[in-house]
Amino acid sequence: MMTLNLAVRNLLRNRRRSLATLVAMAIGSAAILLFGGFSGNINYEMHTRIVQRGGHLQIQHRDFYLYGSGNPTAYGIDDYAEILKAMRSDEVLNKIVLVATPTLQFGGIAGNYAASVSRTVVGNGYVAEDINSMRSWNDFGLRSSAVRSPLEGSAADSAVVGIGVARVLQLCDALKIDRCPKPEHEAKSDGKALPDDIAQLSLQESTAASGAVGSSGARRIEVLVVNSKGAPNVTSVDVVSAEDQGIKELDEISVIMHLAKIQQLVYGKSPPKVTSIILQLRHSNQIALAVERLTPILAKYSVRQPLALQDFRALNPFYVQTVQLFDTIFGFVFALIGAIVLFTVSNTMNTAVVERTVEIGTLRAIGLRRAGIRRLFVTEGALLGVCGAVLGVVLALAISAFVNGLNIPWVPPSTVEPVPLTILVAGEIKMIVGTTIGLICIAILSAWWPAYRAARLDVVDALRHV
Amino acid sequence: MIDHTEHDHSELPAYPTSKHQAVAVLSHVKKTYHLDSIEVPVIKGVDILVRHARFTVLLGPSGSGKTTLLNMIGCIDKPDEGEIIVSNCKVGDLTDDELSDFRAKNIGFIFQNFNLLPVLSAYENIEYPLLLAGASAKKRGERVPRLLKAVGLADKAKNLPGQLSGGQRQRVAIARALARKPKLVIADEPTANLDSHTGAAILSLMRKMVDRYEISFIFSSHDPEVIKAADDTIFLKDGLISGIRRKAETAQ
Repeated sequence: MMTLNLAVRNLLRNRRRSLATLVAMAIGSAAILLFGGFSGNINYEMHTRIVQRGGHLQIQHRDFYLYGSGNPTAYGIDDYAEILKAMRSDEVLNKIVLVATPTLQFGGIAGNYAASVSRTVVGNGYVAEDINSMRSWNDFGLRSSAVRSPLEGSAADSAVVGIGVARVLQLCDALKIDRCPKPEHEAKSDGKALPDDIAQLSLQESTAASGAVGSSGARRIEVLVVNSKGAPNVTSVDVVSAEDQGIKELDEISVIMHLAKIQQLVYGKSPPKVTSIILQLRHSNQIALAVERLTPILAKYSVRQPLALQDFRALNPFYVQTVQLFDTIFGFVFALIGAIVLFTVSNTMNTAVVERTVEIGTLRAIGLRRAGIRRLFVTEGALLGVCGAVLGVVLALAISAFVNGLNIPWVPPSTVEPVPLTILVAGEIKMIVGTTIGLICIAILSAWWPAYRAARLDVVDALRHV
Repeated sequence: MIDHTEHDHSELPAYPTSKHQAVAVLSHVKKTYHLDSIEVPVIKGVDILVRHARFTVLLGPSGSGKTTLLNMIGCIDKPDEGEIIVSNCKVGDLTDDELSDFRAKNIGFIFQNFNLLPVLSAYENIEYPLLLAGASAKKRGERVPRLLKAVGLADKAKNLPGQLSGGQRQRVAIARALARKPKLVIADEPTANLDSHTGAAILSLMRKMVDRYEISFIFSSHDPEVIKAADDTIFLKDGLISGIRRKAETAQ
């Protein structure tokens, strides 16, 4: 108590210097927290979007993840309804699983024959209601919410395509897509460079064609797939909407259809299969528990087909890489600011030791042990650390609240729609406590060497110091 | 009655009497400072006996080794050779921590520049050695006001050193030195930074403390008033004792 009392008074003695050190520490601490809050929010955004789209866990054929893209239907899961039933009858899974939904991935060709265009696609068949149930998952309480899928409530032959697919299949006008400039070869054919009479004819032809595309009937495309027996099968679907998939490569191939429709197309009258069973949990920290409960169920159904569980991190390596990237940058920022704090506090304490050399000599003369001197200066460093870090937390909370209040729109990675720029500091107890303790430790470490030097001072030399 | 004798090593050990036991004994003490490659012998072989409850002055020109000798008696410096016994303890055998504890318990310090802790009030400066000793709040609450009153600063308890005059600061320093009832108080030119009037008052106060608490005071000084007030005067020259003058003991 005596040491603490003396340390506080010594810090207050040179208010300007202590304040400068505190401000430096507070800015450093706030910078770490703000960056941590920013990167943490990106993590939450990505995490949420991925879980909204693909759940936390997927039950797949063991080889589907590595080889399924070549021929998804070859890795279908038999008896998926039985597996779903078994999961729902497990009392633990029943409580922690929000959505358990089957999905069938397929590859094929989509064509708009009215416009004489086609392209290869990779699609998924979903239970439409489940898509929207999954999209409402918001375990981190993000301010933005996912757009509901228009597939729910649509006719059985409806489909949703990626913006890129819609663009290539010339569905932009019909689907009212803004970012759809005409390709150069079509732009040149607007007739301006042609003789007047020919240009007029060309324009009429063009107008007639675009009118056809703009009609509701022109939203229909044909989807050609190879069925389970290896024969081609085709169906016509009504494209009800185009959705940005966030990644251009995915956007250019994505087709989403009703599960029943695509199962009919692929399996015909044979028993239908799915390529994955998606499981969305109430909370992401329940994955381990879910895996524990699912393992015996999968073992039971793996007799005829090897099944495997994949969690969302394994299925989305980009997410893991992005999180690791931000964690690395966070670590770098922390180390950099930690070094600044270390030198700032160390400089302050060194100056204090020099200024108070006679005082150190006096304290030693009247009976304070070396350890007492060390304790005094380390306490001062720790106090600077505590006050600077706490001030930094307050500063970071204020700045984050201000920035969050501005609602600046931006599009984080893996996100399609613009979301308000959010810096998550409030409520991030782990980050706040970790940063605070880290900076206090650095401050103590910074004070340790000056404290050690002070304690080693010869009493007579210290008393003679001018 | 003044007994003015020349220095004689063999005479010293006989000094302690039944009443005036020695509080410090220095035997064949030598000290050399090393300034870069130059060796400067400061104390060249000194034997001193500091009597209990006496006012002892070290007198000598600058560089004669007064402060070095005081530092060694005060256990904040160690001799290169010889032995120092303070309060019946061979201080050369003590570790650094033991020396700290020994100083805290047995020795009080009064400095030329007062050396009060500027962030502590007069009260707290006096209380500090008691806190170091782990004295209870009750004990501190009794002792500190009494000391403040004894040095005439009862009304300045809450003042910081910066709010006190030089004389008042030195009074606080005296009270601090006496806080743990030490056996010996070391004072290095305690009146050097004070005007003659204040210096005389401080001297009178210290004299009173010697008589009241039966504490030995040993200090260096050039002040003729200090020398006049001393019971024992030890003359130092070039690191050697050139003479000792002691007031004879009054009859029992």
